[in-house]
Parts: sequence; C-alpha cells; structure tokens
Amino acid sequence: MMRLFLGFSVSRWWSIILKEFLQLRRDRLTFAMIIGIPIVQLTLFGYAINNDPKHMPTAIISADHSEITRTVIAAMKMSEYFEIIGELPDEEAGRSALAQGRVQFVLNIPPGFTRNVLRGERPALLLEADATDPTATAMALGAVTQIARSVSAKDLTGPLAHLAGGRDPFEVRVHRLYNPEGITRYNIVPGLMGVILTLMMVLMTGLAITRERERGTMENLLAMPVKPIEVMTGKIVPYIAIGLTQATIILLAALLLFRIPFAGSIIMLYCATLLFVAANLTVGITLSSLARNQLQAMQMTMFYFLPNMLLSGFMFPFQGMPQWAQCVGNLLPLTYFNRLIRGIFLKGNGFWDLWPNLWPLMIFTLVVMTIAIRFYRKTLD
Amino acid sequence: MSDGYAIDVRNLSKRFGPKIAVDNISLQVARGEIFGFLGPNGSGKTTTIRMMCGLLNPDGGSGTCLGYDIIRDRELIKRHVGYMTQKFSFWEDLTIRENLDFVARMYDMPNRREAVDEAIQGLGLTDRAVQLAGALSGGWKQRLALAACMLHNPQLLLLDEPTAGVDPAARRDFWEELHRLSALGISVLVSTHYMDEAERCHKLAYIFNGKLLAHGSSREVVASQGLSSWAIHGENLSGLSEALRDQPGVEQTVLFGTALHVSGKDQELLERTLQTAVADRSLRLEKMDTTLEDVFIYLMSRSTPMDGDAS
Repeated sequence: MMRLFLGFSVSRWWSIILKEFLQLRRDRLTFAMIIGIPIVQLTLFGYAINNDPKHMPTAIISADHSEITRTVIAAMKMSEYFEIIGELPDEEAGRSALAQGRVQFVLNIPPGFTRNVLRGERPALLLEADATDPTATAMALGAVTQIARSVSAKDLTGPLAHLAGGRDPFEVRVHRLYNPEGITRYNIVPGLMGVILTLMMVLMTGLAITRERERGTMENLLAMPVKPIEVMTGKIVPYIAIGLTQATIILLAALLLFRIPFAGSIIMLYCATLLFVAANLTVGITLSSLARNQLQAMQMTMFYFLPNMLLSGFMFPFQGMPQWAQCVGNLLPLTYFNRLIRGIFLKGNGFWDLWPNLWPLMIFTLVVMTIAIRFYRKTLD
Repeated sequence: MSDGYAIDVRNLSKRFGPKIAVDNISLQVARGEIFGFLGPNGSGKTTTIRMMCGLLNPDGGSGTCLGYDIIRDRELIKRHVGYMTQKFSFWEDLTIRENLDFVARMYDMPNRREAVDEAIQGLGLTDRAVQLAGALSGGWKQRLALAACMLHNPQLLLLDEPTAGVDPAARRDFWEELHRLSALGISVLVSTHYMDEAERCHKLAYIFNGKLLAHGSSREVVASQGLSSWAIHGENLSGLSEALRDQPGVEQTVLFGTALHVSGKDQELLERTLQTAVADRSLRLEKMDTTLEDVFIYLMSRSTPMDGDAS
C-alpha cells in the first residue's frame, strides 16, 4: 500500500485534476448532463410521479337520476380519486371507453336504484375498473367504501334516517377488468417490451451512424456512388430485424416464463411493434445526425430515454400524473405503445380499439423522419 | 474547354464560418499527368480535393472533373473518380476481401468476383484476404486503400496525403505504382508533404492559406521565384545562420544538417555578403541550384501568417 504512494507528486496530481476540468468544460454535452440529469430526475420524480394517483377519468352510465345518485357522484368527486368526465349511453360504450383507455372507471347506476334504496333493499352500484395497472386503481377502489357512508350521512336523514342506521344503504360492487387479480407483473412485463425497444433501437442506430462518421468511413461512403437514402435505409433495416427479434424474445418470455395472459392478436402485436420500432429508429437517426461522436449519441439517448421511462405510464400510472407531465408524456411514442401492448395482451383490443393509439405513433414517425432527412448530411459541409 | 483536362477548376472558394479555407483557386491537370498538390497542414488541400469530388459544395467558382461538372454531375464524378481519404477510411472490422467486395458492390460492378480476386492478387494478399483490415500495418492499409479506390477503374485518382506515416520502401513502391497508372493514361492528383515525392510529379501546385502561390513543373516553380542559392559547409553553421539572417541580400537561411542553404533574389549582393562572411573561417562556399524545398520555405515565409486551421 505504501509503495503506491511512494514519490507521489501533489503538483503532478493536481495538473491531472486541472486537465480533467478543462476537458469537461469543453465537452458541452457532458456538462449539460452533469446539470441536466439531476434537474430532470428531480422534476420527474418530485413532481410528476405519483404513487397515489388521483383524478382518474371516470364515466357514468346512469339509468336513474335522483338526489341520491347526484350525491353518489358528488361523493366520488369529493374523494379526489375520481374525475367525472361525462356520461355514456350504454354498457357497450362503457366497455369501449375502458378498452381504449379513455377512462379508468365506469360507474353503472342501474334503473330503479333510488327506489330500491328507499325501500331498504340495498341495491348495488357497479364500478368497472381498468385494472391493467393495479397501482392506478388500488387507492381509488379503497376509497369507494366511503361513498355509501357519505350518502347516508347527507340524504338519508329525517324520515329516512332508519335506512341510514346499521348497514350501508347500498353496496358498490367493484369489477376489476383485464387483470382481475391485480397482478403487477401482468402490467410490467408487456410494458418492458416498449422500454427495451426504446433503449436498444435509439442507441443502436445512433451508434451505427455516428460510428461511420467517427471512424472516417462516412467520407468514403459519401465519395462512392451510393445514394444517401440508400445509406440511411440500408443502415436501418438490420435494426428493424433486431427489434423484431427482441420483441419476439420478450413475447416468448412473457408467455412462457411469466405466464402473462394474451388476449389479443399476434399479428396486431407485430404490426404495432413494427410501427414502434420505426418511430424509435427515426429518433436514433436524428440523434446520430446531431451527435458528433458515439459518446454524444449515447448521452443523447439517455436524455431521450429518461422521460420515456418515467412519463409514459410504464412505471407510474399515466392518468395520475399532473397535467403538464401528461402533456410531455403525450409526445412520447412509448406512451402510446404501452397502451397498445397492454391493450393487446390484457384487453384483447382489436384494430379500432387500438387505433386511437396507433395514429399518434404514425404522426410521430412521419414528423421525426422529416426532421431526420432534413438534418441528414449529404456532403461533409 | 475541359476536353483536354482531367481536372479543370476555376476560382474555387470555400469558407467555414469566418475562415476562408480555399480562396479563388484555379488549376488544370492534364490527362495522364501526375499532379502534386503541396502546402502545409491546414492550407486547404483537403478542402479543394473534397470540392473536386463532390463531397463539399464550393461557395464560389466552377469546374469539371473528367469533363463532368463538379456541382451538377456529382453522381457521374463519383462513378469515374477514385478518391483516397487522408485517414484510412475502410472498415477495420471487415476483412480485406469483404472491404473490396463491398466497394465493388457500391459501384455495381458486373464482374465483381473477378475484380476482387484480381485486386487481392495484385496486392499479393491472397493468403491474407481473410484478415481484418484493421490488423494491417500502415503501409498495407495504404495499399489496400489504393486498390479499393482503383477497383472501379477510375480515370482520375484524387489521393489525399496517401503516404503520410508510411515507411520509405513502401512509399517508393507506391510511387512506382502511380507512375505505372499514369503511363496507362490515368490522371492523378496527389497531395503530399514530401519533397522527394513532389520531385516525382509532372506538375506541382503550392497552396498556402487557401491561396495558390505557385504552379507548374518543379523546374518552373523553382525558376518562378528567381532565387539564387549557396551552400555553406563547415562547423557551427547554426550560429552562422543566425548571423547571416539580417545581412544584405540574404532572404532565407535553411539549415540542412551538414550544409547551410542561403538564398536571395539579388545574386551579386548575396554573393558579396557570403564571401565576406566565410572569408577568414574554415568554411566552404558553393553555388548550388535552388531546391524545391528552399522555394517552398521561401513561399511560406513571404505569405501572410496563417490563422487557425482547416483542411
């Protein structure tokens, strides 16, 4: 140990430190990372992420309108867990809203509900929940029991007071759809597919193109009669194949190892995956046009990956995030892919249920591809 | 206008931000000629070559390569010109054969397999064709690069410092190859720092700070500056060099190991100064032909000092 420090020169050592700082100062992107990563992480974890998600979008299907049902709805709002976004005409509309992920809950008020309450027959309200992500619904469902109690306190007074005593005047039956046992794994494993593909696709294309530039082989390619579009697309295709291979590995693991139920269509799954891979490849190409070397491409990938991971609904319920975070999340392809993949796996969504999350991915791909082509350098200028 | 020329560019200019990398350069290279492109680092040689083969857009000027317009006919130029980059720019993680095969495919060569086999044979690398290009030594890499950019039988070769960092024997072989190609009617524009290589070119151009300072055969370039030169042999030449620098008639002193070259435009004045200087010392004064190197050093020192770097 002493040997190691023998002849240690403080001034030499100090110049190494100074040189390191000099180089760090010149490397703008590393500098941005030093400052940026903590700020981004703090903002996302501190403000955006919420493990007690409130204001979940809820739709009402009501066959009965009365003072009591209004109190029920008001009580749900009061709990802060439910955000009533409107009424739906029938059961079918409710199911489709749940399938497409437009609402987290649907409250069914059956006909004659009020009459049955007043007769003391203890009727039931049906609360259907999209339980794909158990954390998104757990707290809200816990709050539901309070509702009946608050109704009795407010409306069942005076001559009706005898209905309020003892048992609750009605019950709320909770129906957990898509993941009835609330198994977290069912939600996380399909979600991982998008996370892994995002990281791999963006990073690998980013590196593949900057590597040519860093090693000087790009100049050679440009001097040959090959067309830029041939270089670009030719470099991408192998990664599409790699992306689909990875998707297959994850799919097999999900089905065989983790026993995730698969309700949808394999063809839809591959179509959605292909689109998502394309979206991420365009991002990778754009980054590689901006990055000067492989290190920068890697750093930019990290900047892109972080919000994707945290704001897409992969780790934390999307609807539980504040409005601004949802806005950011709405710009990220992973947000849509998460809904697609969970929809296909757990909800068995068909094309039209998936469509609301497919077209944003298409738009994203087209927009980013336009940017990529604009930035792509045909000459060395 | 360009029929007789392999390269004919007029008033080429290129700027990068505030820095003018190439300033109004015009030059002509005849078919079958080996044209040497000289100048210090950052003088604009690489930029000029890149503009000629369509890798950079010139900000001003026009020109043709093999009769094709350097701005409009880029695709045709790429098909008929071989360009060898300054840095080895083939794929180090591909084998020799894979590299050549890839290049052949890029040029849509109909007889790809034969062409690649022939190139490998020509290189004498038949036994090593499966080696990774990255494992080759500097000299071999440069030969591979030349073979790769000759694969599509270009009529014009643009070689950017092909022999930088290559040992003398390999350089000599390389130049023999260039002369062989030139005899076949292939035109070559080659940039270099080596004086012996400059002497082996049919024509030369000297560029400094983006400007063309001299242009012609090596004899013409030397004659154009009108310098007369003397060599002084003896002891302590370094001190003498210092002492002579400000003397009348002396415009340049360059120390070459055992000899001091002194040059100036005014022959008589220079001779008088030198005779006086060596008078009572054991120094030998000898009239000599001005060398290319003397001229280049002279050209460089007479031009404006360079600012920044661009290549």
